Amino acid sequence: MQAATPWLSLAIWIPILAGFAVMATGGDRNAHIARPLALLGAIAGLLVTLPLYAGFKLGTPDMQFVELSPWIERFNINYHLGVDGVSLIFVLLNSFVTVLVVVAGWDVIRSRVSQYYAAFLIMSGLMNGVFASLDAALFYVFFEANLIPMYLVIGVWGGPNRVYAAVKFFLYTLLGSLLFLVALIYLYNHAGGSFAILDFWTLPIPLNAQKLLFFAFFAAFSVKVPMWPVHTWLPDAHVEAPTGGSAVLAAIMLKLGAYGFIRFSLPILPDASIALSGFMITLSLIAVAYIGLVALVQADMKKLIAYSSIAHMGFVTLGFFMFSGRELIPIAVEGALIQMISHGFISAALFLCVGVMYDRMHSRQIADYGGVVNTMPKFAAFMMLFAMANTGLPGTSGFVGEFMVIMGAVKFNFWIAFVAATTLIFGAAYTLWMYKRVIFGDVANRHVAELIDISPREFVVLLLLAVAVLGMGIYPKPFTEVMDATVGNLVRHVAISKI
Amino acid sequence: MADDSLPLMFPAYAEIFLFVMALVVLMTDVFVAERRRWITYVLAQTALLGSAVLTVGIAKTLGGVTGFTFGNMFVCDLMASVLKLAAYIAVSACLVYSRRYLEERGLLTGEYFALTLFALLGMMVMISANHLLSLYLGLELLSLSLYALIAMNRDSSASTEAAMKYFVLGALASGLLLYGMSMIYGATGTLELTELASRISRGGPPPLVLIFGLVFLVAGLAFKIGVVPFHMWIPDVYHGAPNAMTIFIGSAPKISAFAMAMRLLVDGLLALAIDWQQMLIILAVLSLAVGNLAAIAQTNIKRMLAYSTIAHMGFMLLALLSGVINRNLLSAGEAYGAAMFYVVVYVLTVLGAFGVVLLLSRAGFEADNLSDFKGLNQRNPWYALVMLVVMFSLAGIPPTVGFYAKLAVLQSVLAAGHVWLAVVAVIFSLIGAFYYLRVVKLMYFDVPEDSSPIEPAIDMSVLLSANGLAVLFLGIAPQPLMALCLHAIEQSYGFR
Repeated sequence: MQAATPWLSLAIWIPILAGFAVMATGGDRNAHIARPLALLGAIAGLLVTLPLYAGFKLGTPDMQFVELSPWIERFNINYHLGVDGVSLIFVLLNSFVTVLVVVAGWDVIRSRVSQYYAAFLIMSGLMNGVFASLDAALFYVFFEANLIPMYLVIGVWGGPNRVYAAVKFFLYTLLGSLLFLVALIYLYNHAGGSFAILDFWTLPIPLNAQKLLFFAFFAAFSVKVPMWPVHTWLPDAHVEAPTGGSAVLAAIMLKLGAYGFIRFSLPILPDASIALSGFMITLSLIAVAYIGLVALVQADMKKLIAYSSIAHMGFVTLGFFMFSGRELIPIAVEGALIQMISHGFISAALFLCVGVMYDRMHSRQIADYGGVVNTMPKFAAFMMLFAMANTGLPGTSGFVGEFMVIMGAVKFNFWIAFVAATTLIFGAAYTLWMYKRVIFGDVANRHVAELIDISPREFVVLLLLAVAVLGMGIYPKPFTEVMDATVGNLVRHVAISKI
Repeated sequence: MADDSLPLMFPAYAEIFLFVMALVVLMTDVFVAERRRWITYVLAQTALLGSAVLTVGIAKTLGGVTGFTFGNMFVCDLMASVLKLAAYIAVSACLVYSRRYLEERGLLTGEYFALTLFALLGMMVMISANHLLSLYLGLELLSLSLYALIAMNRDSSASTEAAMKYFVLGALASGLLLYGMSMIYGATGTLELTELASRISRGGPPPLVLIFGLVFLVAGLAFKIGVVPFHMWIPDVYHGAPNAMTIFIGSAPKISAFAMAMRLLVDGLLALAIDWQQMLIILAVLSLAVGNLAAIAQTNIKRMLAYSTIAHMGFMLLALLSGVINRNLLSAGEAYGAAMFYVVVYVLTVLGAFGVVLLLSRAGFEADNLSDFKGLNQRNPWYALVMLVVMFSLAGIPPTVGFYAKLAVLQSVLAAGHVWLAVVAVIFSLIGAFYYLRVVKLMYFDVPEDSSPIEPAIDMSVLLSANGLAVLFLGIAPQPLMALCLHAIEQSYGFR
């Protein structure tokens, strides 16, 4: 069924075209045109995603808002878009975060403004494309094309070591993606010449081939998530990237990897997923426990949040790969998805908080701060909320996902649940300890004493995120009800062997 | 056979026209004054346009039938027409990009245009060869013109050295080729490619001398394509030649090298595919490895692009060696179509890359070091964007057209069951991505060392912009070109 209005296409192409329009404004003397134009593009991009949520039919796992037209007939590649309960949420999240990032960079970015905003808008459209693609080749094009703007964002507007971070980011993710490409082409040949993801879902594949394909998929997605031990690019990229880059990276780009597991690995290779679930669970637990400890000793706030991201994403992959018998544990899968969205809000918020301080002090070192609450009380209150959410305090969005995954883990194996639950301790330890050292205590130095509290622009950005974090924590139903049918369908689908 | 109502030389009209025009250019130039040199330039471009019109007309008139002439020494099929058109476009772009560069250095002479047109004529003969001798004649016409072109800047010792090196090694390769041809003639008694093919397939197991001949042929071919271990001349020639000659050597002759491979291996020796495919595997893997690894160490962009060429030709060979699977030709059309698409895309992309190098070169200044690209985004964001698109296309990152070229090749490789080859290819692509990324890094992340304004001539700026946009737009809509390449191969060879 074709959609009457191509909302998904609009969600992809409005930001991209707006990005090119912004780029066309040229040099920095036209920055006063570039900024409102970018905001306009981002808001227009968000507005066209609202009909998706409003018109989404609950209770069916089918793809909705489907658009299908031939694109490259030579390879039977179609421009095939559609969303189910899972991808819909991420399209919304992405468009929302884009608006925030545009606002957050308003006064901060002063050089090559038009290119900065163009990169973010184009990236936003491309990521909507990743989530909405139902054709594997189209998915891959969007997935890879994302690297170009992010590479430029880190490299042009990043910190002192930005070149190293940008190149590392690019090559790390490219290695995974290229193996993924080989796997996709293998599936294309195996399926008799089709790149349709839904065709892949029903394709019988022998176990050995499944395992090889699984590792090829794993190469692409685990780097993006990132899972231990291929996570090392993330702290570098986060530390060097400008605030907006870090926020988009943590909030959306990491989700592409986890989304890949849901969209490709589990449904296409259920038998390999079951066979290798122990492997995935082990890596996830290492990420949760070990990376939590690593986060504890960080001296740089951005690095700390980056490691915290890895630990939280460990929860997500843990939730995806717990099987009782052949059945996924639905509450764990749904919890992992909730965790992804919640982490999208919280990590974006924390990076923006660090950005607020960095803009004033030009330092991210915890040691340079102390007693910020005395000079920035409003900011301290916001950051308190986000820090608490990061530790998984009930009433915030961070609690819901972690709680559901741990519930699922208890059903699966007590000791796994036990190790996973250590995150509640480590997470609280590294987040709150950082918060204490930065915000509380006496005013540490002259620079802190001169701090000015957040501007209305920063207030609005943080307020929107605070509303999202609290709203999702208190009443998660709008999120869960959308994904229920999709998760149920996934569980049923994975339970059937494809050998 | 050609339709009887057609005049005898009809399929070769484009070549004849170009030959006459090359002579006209040569003669006209003698009589025009230095400041009226544009007349020669316009004449040369007209020659290209006229040939293009003739080629399209011939293809239309033949209507899918393969035309033969000169006693079957010359063939005109759809593949030949498409490749010739690609070559005209490449040569025409070279002329536009090089004009000011040559003018500033006093090299924009009649000989340049005449030699360029003769080189193109050589390529066209190679593309349309149906006989080992006509193939060889075309190759020599191309090579001799190139030797002279490289040495055009007589005062430059680097250019002269490059020309000498190219000449000596080129002569050696021609010798290998001729030796191989003589062995094949000895084994089969014919030099005509279609006849050769039918004699070999009728003849039962191939005699040893035929395999020997094949080895020499592949070696000569590998030299002309420029793949490891016959690649030594490429970096030196690219580096030593003036920038305007490098763009020429680096673009259109790749098309004719591909055509030469098709004519020799597929037209003539398809029955020996099992043998030559194994040789190509070695050449391809070595080229991917050496090309990509050595490119990392370069500080000169021409040398870097030279090693990148080696890697790209290796990638193209991957498709050529995936055509025949277990003696069946079911996916041969797709594989050779992928190789053809790869070459055409590569030429289009590399034209853009060298175009930017020429753009940055000024009187008395060769912008051929990587550091000359520093901060290009601050000097001129538009050309930096063009170079960015071109570099990502060479690296094979979507949404640029280079990605689809790689996709098509990898699909053929995997369809032939060479999973390990595909993995090797992507791993070396990853390594390759590093040095393309470095160019982007220099342009976008670094501050400029040179702040002289970039003021290209209007024709160059339009064409270079179009070139960059073509790389991007073909990436968004690759279907027409892909389908054209596939159709050309399928129709020319009857693969289905």
